Amino acid sequence: MITIKDLHAHVDTDDGDVEILKGISLEIPEGEVHAIMGPNGSGKSTLSYVLAGREDYEVTDGSIELNGEDLLELEPEERAAAGLFLAFQYPVEIPGVNMSTFLKTSLNSIRKQRGEEELDALALLKLMKTKCAELGISDEMMKRAVNVGFSGGEKKRNEVLQMAMLEPKFAVLDETDSGLDIDALKIVADGVNSMRSKDRSFLVITHYQRLLDYIKPDVVHVMAKGKIVKTGGPELALELEEKGYSEFLEDAA
Amino acid sequence: MSVSEETIRTVSDMAGKYEAGFVTDIESDKAPKGLSEDIVRFISAKKKEPEWMLEWRLKAYRRWLEMPEPKWSKVDFPEIDYQDAYYYSAPKGAGDGPKTLADVDPKLLETYEKLGIPVREQEILAGVQERAPVAVDMVFDSVSVATTFKEKLKEAGVIFCSISEAIQDHPELVKKYIGSVVPPADNKHACLNSAVFTDGSFVYIPEGVRCPMELSTYFRINELNTGQFERTLIIADKGSYVSYLEGCTAPMRDENQLHAAVVELVALDDAEIKYSTVQNWYPGDFETGQGGIYNFVTKRGLCEGRNSKISWTQVETGSAITWKYPSCILKGDNSQGEFYSVAITNGKQQADTGTKMIHMGKNTKSRIISKGISAGHSDNTYRGMVKILPKAEGARNFTVCDSLLIGDQCGAHTVPYIESRNKSANLEHEATTSKIGEDQLFYCMQRGLSEEEAIALIVNGFAREVMQKLPMEFAVEAQKLVGISLEGSVG
Repeated sequence: MITIKDLHAHVDTDDGDVEILKGISLEIPEGEVHAIMGPNGSGKSTLSYVLAGREDYEVTDGSIELNGEDLLELEPEERAAAGLFLAFQYPVEIPGVNMSTFLKTSLNSIRKQRGEEELDALALLKLMKTKCAELGISDEMMKRAVNVGFSGGEKKRNEVLQMAMLEPKFAVLDETDSGLDIDALKIVADGVNSMRSKDRSFLVITHYQRLLDYIKPDVVHVMAKGKIVKTGGPELALELEEKGYSEFLEDAA
Repeated sequence: MSVSEETIRTVSDMAGKYEAGFVTDIESDKAPKGLSEDIVRFISAKKKEPEWMLEWRLKAYRRWLEMPEPKWSKVDFPEIDYQDAYYYSAPKGAGDGPKTLADVDPKLLETYEKLGIPVREQEILAGVQERAPVAVDMVFDSVSVATTFKEKLKEAGVIFCSISEAIQDHPELVKKYIGSVVPPADNKHACLNSAVFTDGSFVYIPEGVRCPMELSTYFRINELNTGQFERTLIIADKGSYVSYLEGCTAPMRDENQLHAAVVELVALDDAEIKYSTVQNWYPGDFETGQGGIYNFVTKRGLCEGRNSKISWTQVETGSAITWKYPSCILKGDNSQGEFYSVAITNGKQQADTGTKMIHMGKNTKSRIISKGISAGHSDNTYRGMVKILPKAEGARNFTVCDSLLIGDQCGAHTVPYIESRNKSANLEHEATTSKIGEDQLFYCMQRGLSEEEAIALIVNGFAREVMQKLPMEFAVEAQKLVGISLEGSVG
């Protein structure tokens, strides 16, 4: 269960201090998938960064709890160990570091923080192979440098692979559909769907309804100008697709 | 408070993360402080050297007095008081020449073991320690205290001993080659070394022999106010091959200590020498820059024969000041020179390092891959020269210089000199400068890595091309060292 209460966050820009999140409250019980939809600039990506603990944002008020644990007290890597995963909108390239090294370092850093035994190279290789096979990712990708020269689809599939390896309790997918054609989108959605379970919750951030055809949310929130302006069932997404966001922008103003 | 400020604090709280910074409590024999002809004679007498060696030293000493300090590099330090140091220091009893392992003071062996150097020959042979056998020459302050696997190497005809022993046992080889690649008057630091060198390693690989194991020398400065002046000479006879590695550490001291080494390599027809360095001398205080080693080293290889090859690989993480340019003289036709370098500076360190590739023979090839990483308030310069002489028909060079900056208080500089006097030469030069991105760090941290782990991973990725060139046995250690030396670097 992830509980966000009255979350306010600021960022320092060239034009001075700007408040981007203006009191977000949200509760996602275990096993549920919530979607956040909203126009560009509504603060959706900021919310994902604030959840993951990016230092560019200052949280001025409110709280974030994951199964009762106060995430705001934790460093980004501690939040990862607590079970939070962020699938990036723009996955970052790390030249010279191959995927298998990256996955091994990542998984073992998390295990170490949790006081679990680190996996040896062989066990990791086996796990990687299994997960790759499940997601239809070729092993060859494991030999390449992290995200270097990956196509848009490969980058997003790679995010899903990492999620599958780390088995988070709470996963945030930040515009995972952006830049994907329909086939790539289906592969990514299949990966996410296969991970849905009663003790894992998801927050799917998207601009378009399209993704929600493939990942069926339990609850849909509409975000505008740093606030959640409407919450409803899956039908809300369809309504938005028809009417657009303009009505909500006025409401929030 | 930002993550990075916290990191810096954590690291300064852990002050003295330099893990090799301990002192071994052992009595030593020292020459009186200062430098004079008498000191040169003292050193030569201690080593029971033949007359020709003493004369060679004295000639170098007289020349040294007249030579100016090299001032062209981008490093800054107060003038060195050459009279304020000891030029000879040996653990008591060790000065009379190396012995078998069983005779070595256990304290000394413990020192090397503490530094992770494999010294227990028997255990390694018996498979108690799980690693490939590596022969080690242990140089402690001014003397070689022991060399492992000598007998086993002897069976293959390989000579691996301290240079002091070589002067006694193989004078004809030493006389022929010493100073042939780095003449005493090459530069002031090399000249000082020629006058007062106290030990170092000697390697001779006979014709057609592939050296059966990795050879290595581990240099340790222990005594206070003592300079280390080692001299290494490696000769690979026709068609032979050797891979050699050196490692260096020193205790943490508030005073600067001088390390002026000379390394000469000679490769005859079809021979190959692979020389790797992991340099981790004490870098000085992280905050104030006080103390640390002045690492002024002259390393040069001569590809004397046809089809010969010399390859330098260096991982430079330590020293307050690094001044070194491992170079190749490509004299033999079709000979090849390589230089692979990772130089990391952090805190207040300064490094001015690179290579010279001098193409003399036909169809000679050289390759330079330099990866400079600057962090903290440090300064890191790549300085390199590629020179094609008129007779070097068909010479080729390929150079890549990449710099990575961590934080905004450090400097990275690239100074390549290219001089071509033959129209058929083909020279390529690429250079990039980049910064570790916040995006990269955050991405790694979201995947569970601490900031320091993230930096180590990103930097190792950046330096991968060079790290891969290290012998397997040392690659893992070197990767760890990269992480350790960059702790506290985020700003």
